[in-house]
Order: sequence, then structure tokens, then C-alpha cells
Amino acid sequence: MRPGRGRPAGLVGLAVLLGLAVATGLAVGPAWLPVGEVWDALLPGAQDSPARAIVLSVRLPRVVAAALSGGSLAVSGVLFQALLRNPLAEPYLLGVSSGAALGAVSVLVLGLTVGPAGLALAALAGALVAIVIVFRVASAAGYLDTRILILAGVVVASFFGAGVMLVMTFAEGRTTRSALLWTMGSFGNASWGMNLALAVYSLPAVLLAFGLSRHLNALALGEESAAFLGTEVETVKRVAYLLASLLAAAAVSVGGVIGFVGLVVPHAVRLLWGGDHRFLVPMSFLAGGALLALADAAARTVAAPLEVPVGVVTALVGVPFFLVLLRRSYAGGAG
Amino acid sequence: MTFELRNVSYAYPRSRRPALRQVSLEIEGGQHTAVLGPNGAGKTTLVRLLLGLVRPDDGVVLYEGRPAAAWGRRQIARRIGVVSQDGPPSHPVSVREFVEMGRHPYVQPWARLREEDREAVRSAIRRVDLEEFEERPVNRLSGGEVQRAKLARAFAQGPEVLVLDEPTAHLDIGHEMQLFSLVRDFVDEGGSAVTITHNLHLASRFADRLLLLDEGRLLASGPPGEVLRGSILSRVFRWPVRVVDLDSAGLSGLHVVPVDRERDRGRGVRFDGDGAEEGSP
Repeated sequence: MRPGRGRPAGLVGLAVLLGLAVATGLAVGPAWLPVGEVWDALLPGAQDSPARAIVLSVRLPRVVAAALSGGSLAVSGVLFQALLRNPLAEPYLLGVSSGAALGAVSVLVLGLTVGPAGLALAALAGALVAIVIVFRVASAAGYLDTRILILAGVVVASFFGAGVMLVMTFAEGRTTRSALLWTMGSFGNASWGMNLALAVYSLPAVLLAFGLSRHLNALALGEESAAFLGTEVETVKRVAYLLASLLAAAAVSVGGVIGFVGLVVPHAVRLLWGGDHRFLVPMSFLAGGALLALADAAARTVAAPLEVPVGVVTALVGVPFFLVLLRRSYAGGAG
Repeated sequence: MTFELRNVSYAYPRSRRPALRQVSLEIEGGQHTAVLGPNGAGKTTLVRLLLGLVRPDDGVVLYEGRPAAAWGRRQIARRIGVVSQDGPPSHPVSVREFVEMGRHPYVQPWARLREEDREAVRSAIRRVDLEEFEERPVNRLSGGEVQRAKLARAFAQGPEVLVLDEPTAHLDIGHEMQLFSLVRDFVDEGGSAVTITHNLHLASRFADRLLLLDEGRLLASGPPGEVLRGSILSRVFRWPVRVVDLDSAGLSGLHVVPVDRERDRGRGVRFDGDGAEEGSP
């Protein structure tokens, strides 16, 4: 197979997949709706009906949140992997998502009313703190050791996760979202306000990430080679780290900590269509959206009427995947 | 394009010993300059300074009379193509995609390549004779092919100057000659080249000018016949060497041969104890 073939068709295919995932998300739940009924409910001027109420005010905001978050997490993973030249890098394993969760939760517990947009910024602050700590630890040798990086990330993630639990214990009853939601992820609280904030942060960030495409390609050769090819490496790195953190933080502020989307999706896209970021970024956004919309649908249905945290679903898929990748990258292959 | 170093000194962070001490030199266009010296002499540091990757602690690096720091990386990349010692890309990349990255300084980071870019890529691949490997992943090439792919990427940059960092390390003699010949063709067409190498023989054959570094100092600079002398090389490499003119064998160039202290004793080689021995012609 020659990577790089069939990429325009792949883009279309992934857009269709995302559409199907959203349709699935709208159709399934405690009450299963036929696709025709979902479609009718979405049409403007349709008659009010219970189905329309379920689709428009309950499921649609939730599915949109899942899709936007999934796309954001996947692109965040793409950026971290390019920056660190490490296929295992992604916001959850780097501790960035947990840092973001602690940032968001702290603001809620302090009783600050910040709105969804402010909450995402608080999450960004937490994400940046986490990444600075992880980098400090991984750079102890004088250079950034990417093996220690993931170890440091996982440890920092569990530390911040504990922080979230601790803070939430004090906040019992004061916020509508539970500690479990923050640490394992759920879109049960998604609202249009949240989606608006998420879109305002994520969509421009994804566009900017796409705008860095060839710089990210050049970074795959190493930082010096990228500089020789005309990339202002320090500037590009700073912007890309900020975008990656923002994308993860915006997703976490809506759905909590959801792991492995940023790992599985970019890797699968790379396997199928190659590593050119001009395609990898938009394709990962679409595929990540589809994956998380489907994962959320599964989370709502496998134990219905109970709900499984969506992070459980992504971990069940992602951990075996991670282990295979880990084996392969330590066995000498370059991912 | 001309480079100039004026009184340049540089020490790496956390290192007390300067890697380069008060080096001044000028590299003019249309020449092939080889940078020689033992391991740790400062060759790579010199080239990193030339490429603007590090700023000198003291002194100044000038490109065409303008401080290197005033040039953007994109401007530099349109003039200088580098064959570095970097390992393989972090994910599989075909030879064509690899060479296409040489057009990076000419296209917007989100844009498609234009026809002129594709043509530059095709001609660069043709030039290094890798057409049949165009679709092969770079990490599945042999050592010689990888070096040629890197050279093609540098050619695709449309450079005035090629900078090569030990381009023939780990290559057999056939591939060494092939690579150096490609560089010579580039210089013959009006380009210039700066090559770091340990191969003194090839340097004598292909370079117009040699720079000899030791302990961060520029010890000698000039045409091969002036720089490659037994006395100075024996001192720099801390091993007795003889310089053999290959003219007698009907070949161009010089051969620098280390002396075997055991077996070559008494064959007209003078030893002055265990210190800096002289290989006398």
C-alpha cells in the first residue's frame, strides 16, 4: 500500500462516517428512534412531538459536544505526537487532560461563575501547569527524554486526578457534575452554551493547526532539519503546544477526562493515509468526532438505563491499542 | 553567497571549555571547502554557527555582509541546503515526500505544491539517480541511498550553498565517490559547498580549500597541498601520519596514511618518542 493515495476520497469517507455517527447518536438511547423520525425532528418547522423534544433538546447538544470534543482531542494528539516525535504522546497520557480537569474543577469549587468559555480557560491554565511539570521532569537529563515523558505524564495524570477527587469531595452538592464525570468523562451535562464555547476555541485551533501542516511535517525529521528547511522551530513549537493544550482543555471542560482518542485516531489515520499533516489534521478531526460520538452512544446504551462513563469505553478500546504501540515502538520500530 | 566568521567564540551551555575559540574565516562562492579535524575539534560547532543554529558568544557571523541573526530561517533555507546526520523521520515517508520537503521554504505550510515545485523535486531525484525508489519509504533505503535522498532534498531547495555534515560516514568507497562527485558537479555549476569530513583523502581530491580545526582553533586554511602536511596532521591527530602524493600512482589527490608504530619502524619514518611524532616525507 502506498500511503498518500486516496486521501481526498478518505476525507469524504470520514465526513460521511461522522454524519453516520451523529445520526446513530441521535437515534439511540433509552428510547430508540427510527432514523426517519430523527430526520423529521431535525427539519425546521416540524411538528412538536416527544421525539422532536428528545432529539433537539436532549440528544443533539450531547452528540455535538461528543463530536467536537473527539475531534479536538484527536487533533491535540496529532500536535503532541508531531512536537515530541513520539507516537504515544496524547493529552491524556501526558497528564494534560487531568491538569485541565483540575483547573476547571477548582474554578467551580471556588464558586466562581465563569460560564463555559471561562471554564475552558481555567482548564487551559491547568493543562499548561501540567505540561510544564511533565516537561521539567522529563528534561532532568538536560534534554527531553521522550520515554520518561510518558511515564511522567501518567504519574502527573494520576496526581491531578486525585486532586480532582479531593476537590470534588469538598464540593459535594455544590456542583451538578460529579467527580466521576470529571475523571472518567461524560457528555450528560452538555448544553448549547458549552458547545458554543467549545466551537469558539476548537474550530479556530484546528484551522491554525492545519495552517502549520508543513512545519509539523518538517518536525518529523528532527528540529534541526526542520530549521534547515525554513521552519522557525521555536515559534512553531510554542504555537503548537498552546493549540494542543487549548484543544484538550476545551474538550475536558465539556466532557471531563477522556483518554486515548488522541492516540488511536491519529495512528489509524496515519496507517491508512500517511503522515502528511495537511490531511492528518482534518482527517483526525473528523475521525475523532465520529469515534467519540459513537463511544458516547455506546456509553448510553450498553448498560441502559444506566450510563457508563464514556472514558470507560475509550479506555477499553485504547489501552490494548496503546500496549501494541508501546511494544512496537520499544522494539526499535519508529512507530 | 559568502559566509564570514569574525573572531567567533562559542561554548555550549553547561560546558566550561569553549568549543570554538576566536575563529575568523571567509567562505566564498564557487568553492568546495572541507572542514577537517579530530573528533571534538569544533567542526560541527563551526557548521552550526555557519547555519545560524547557535549564536556566537563572541564575534559575529555574516551572510553576504549581513549578520546571520538578521536572516529568517526561510530566507536561509532558500540559499543553503543541508545534508545533516539526522536519523530517519519519525513516521514512514516516501522518497518523493522526503524530497518534497525541500520545497518547504517556497510554499505556504498549508498549500499544495505548485508545478514548479514538482519539477524541482523531479529534477532533484533524477540528479541523484533515485527515480526507481521514488515511492519507497526512506527507512527502507540503504545507507548510500539515504544520503542521496538527503542530497536530493537539499538540491530541491534550489540552494547556492550545500552544507554536508559527514555525508559519507558509513558509506563504502563506491558510494563515497558517487556522493562527492554529485557535490563536485554542483560546485562546477557555480554553487559552493562546505563539507565536514574525516576522509582526508577525499577532501584532498574534491575540495578547493581545507580548514583544519583542533581544540576549537583554526590551525590551517588553504589548498589541500598546503594543509595536508605530515608534521601538522601528526600533531593534530596525535598519531604519526605520512602524506603520500598519488601522482606517482597516476592518480590525483593526496593520501594521508597513519603509521603503524610497530611494523613501520625503521622504514624511513622518524619517531620522536611517544609525544607528537613526525611523519617525515
